[in-house]
Amino acid sequence: MSANLNLFTYLLRLADDNMVLSQRLGELVSWMPELEEDIAIANLSLDHLGQATSLYAYAGTIEAAGRNEDALALTRSEREFMNAVLVEQPNGNFADTIARQFLVDAYQVPLYQALSSSTDQTLGGIAQKAEKEARYHLEYSSTWLVRLGDGTDLSHDRAQSALDRMWPFAADLFATDDVEAAVAAAGMGVDPTTLRDSFDSTVARVVELATLRMPTDTYERTGGRTGMHTEHLGHLLAEMQSLHQAHLGATW
Amino acid sequence: MSYDVPIIEGEAEITFGGGAGAFPLWEVFVRASRGLNHVHVGSVHAADADAAMQSARDVYTRRNEGVSVWVVPSAQIHASDPHQKDAWFDGDHPYRHPTFYDIPDEVGHM
Repeated sequence: MSANLNLFTYLLRLADDNMVLSQRLGELVSWMPELEEDIAIANLSLDHLGQATSLYAYAGTIEAAGRNEDALALTRSEREFMNAVLVEQPNGNFADTIARQFLVDAYQVPLYQALSSSTDQTLGGIAQKAEKEARYHLEYSSTWLVRLGDGTDLSHDRAQSALDRMWPFAADLFATDDVEAAVAAAGMGVDPTTLRDSFDSTVARVVELATLRMPTDTYERTGGRTGMHTEHLGHLLAEMQSLHQAHLGATW
Repeated sequence: MSYDVPIIEGEAEITFGGGAGAFPLWEVFVRASRGLNHVHVGSVHAADADAAMQSARDVYTRRNEGVSVWVVPSAQIHASDPHQKDAWFDGDHPYRHPTFYDIPDEVGHM
């Protein structure tokens, strides 16, 4: 693969993570149990949307085939999306949403920290802005996971179930192939396996504070980086892309 | 109109809209930039101070409104009596404003 194609693919993977997660969080707007949390979840969704937009726009520039951020987000099919399968998992109950968010945040904070010193200045700039957002996200999701885990018996059980349910999908965040190897070797991207120690120590620390136990399931569901998704992504994309497909190029 | 919300066994009963059992209210103060005072901007419901801080950040500083946030339990605010408004605030005391002398030009803008 050419260097440009590797960087393009890498940027799409980063962007797809944020785009799909943003759409999932957006589904919750107006449905949260408290007004305050409704606005908080909308903030998270918009932060991820902003990161996706910057990454898609830059990917379009690298590809140089005339596709902008809208084209990349709204005209690619399920098999062409390369997000980790974790972010497409349904919102479930509030604990599921928080557990999913927490695992993503524990990965994105060290990811963006490392990307901040990318040899690619544009990607480095995007990462510097995103890192500040990710650090708040991690604080938000950690606080809630501790609150739920160390709360009532019911909230503890639900937090544990949620963590156990999301855990097998977290492995996909660290899946790697030639693309990551190439961009990491060039100093532009990050080999995700190098983020694993930071991720593991964050998870271990918060899980202990939350009086939860580490998931024991060793099954790892990967494949998202090459478009092998769980059954949930197709439904999400159908909704996310429907307006664009019904009214091609619609703007407002 | 009221609704019967099914409660799962073990689940605490929470009522929304400020009824008994709702999260307590906190007043939020935001400082727009260094050197300015914290200004009251509104309130949030939250279980405790940490949650109130987080909610205040999310609700009241999402468009770069501030660099610092305070939250105070609303129950701790002592307010003046609206019925005493005339006696407290309606006095016509123009002489208390420093407008009855000329400021020398050398002083410049005060």
